[in-house]
Amino acid sequence: MILGLDFPPISHVVEWPTLFGGDTFGVNKVVLLMWISVALVFALFYAARSRRQLVPTGAQNVAESTIEFVEDQIVMQTMGPDGLRFTPFLLTLFTFILTCNIWGLVPGAQMPVNARIALPMFMALLVYVIYNAVGIIRNGPIKYLKSIMFIPGVPWPMYFLLTPIELITRFITQPLSLAVRLFANMLAGHLLLVSFAVITQALVTTTIIGGALPLALLIFLSAFELLVAFLQAYIFTILAAVYIDAAMHPQH
Amino acid sequence: MLHLLAEQDPGELVEGLTAVGRGIVYGGAAIGPGIGIGLVVGNAISAMARQPEAAGMVRTTMFLGIAFTEALALFGFVLAFIISG
Repeated sequence: MILGLDFPPISHVVEWPTLFGGDTFGVNKVVLLMWISVALVFALFYAARSRRQLVPTGAQNVAESTIEFVEDQIVMQTMGPDGLRFTPFLLTLFTFILTCNIWGLVPGAQMPVNARIALPMFMALLVYVIYNAVGIIRNGPIKYLKSIMFIPGVPWPMYFLLTPIELITRFITQPLSLAVRLFANMLAGHLLLVSFAVITQALVTTTIIGGALPLALLIFLSAFELLVAFLQAYIFTILAAVYIDAAMHPQH
Repeated sequence: MLHLLAEQDPGELVEGLTAVGRGIVYGGAAIGPGIGIGLVVGNAISAMARQPEAAGMVRTTMFLGIAFTEALALFGFVLAFIISG
């Protein structure tokens, strides 16, 4: 109870009952939305590929501009032409995260899949495995570790301070912050929308005029959440690109 | 005061203090990143104003800077939910 308003506890906002599948492989709304996102992303690129035209229309248009965006704004800005091999991976990440985030704004669904830690954590672990594997394959395990632990161009006593920091950054903080950033942003946005919806409902039933202001704010925040959904997909992808690039080309 | 505290139900006291702690954790965690994001964006804007042709590159770096700075506030946000009495 805050100011006479009954806010739902956080477990009511993000936890959903199991629909089917029993205890171990229970499928709830979040998992269902994730499967739909996978199908949607796959369908978009499949449709764009199957009816290829010189002048793109419909699905092909969307797919081509997305690919161009990922190539020009993410891969070329951070990794250069050397990283174009990772475009398919980063494109998949970007479109999948964006679709998962947008579910928070779709009426009837109203739940961003990434507001539960499981999916961001899995994707962060995937990126973690990939960038370490790329670093080890490109540079060899010893040179890769050396490039992380000993940054060139600092006086040697500094290594007592810098080596632990660099190791913790590369192996613990980077994947953790990658997962937590996406998760916390989507959860915060979801809670914000829920709070304003609760306030609007409570005020509309008492005074209709008083409900107009929170309703206007709710609409404004929904537009803002659309921006955040896009921005978080973009940031997750660009950080994955930066981490892969840092593992691929260590600072000599 | 002590007398008053002793009469309180300890469970209620813990619950209240937990709520206060959550508020302090998130509030404290938001101070630094708030200043930091302001610095990042402010400097990015002055760089774009000085050299509009470099705006694309500056924007990419700005979003990276925001993402790194913001992470600390988000750790605080998650920590506030993890804290329980």
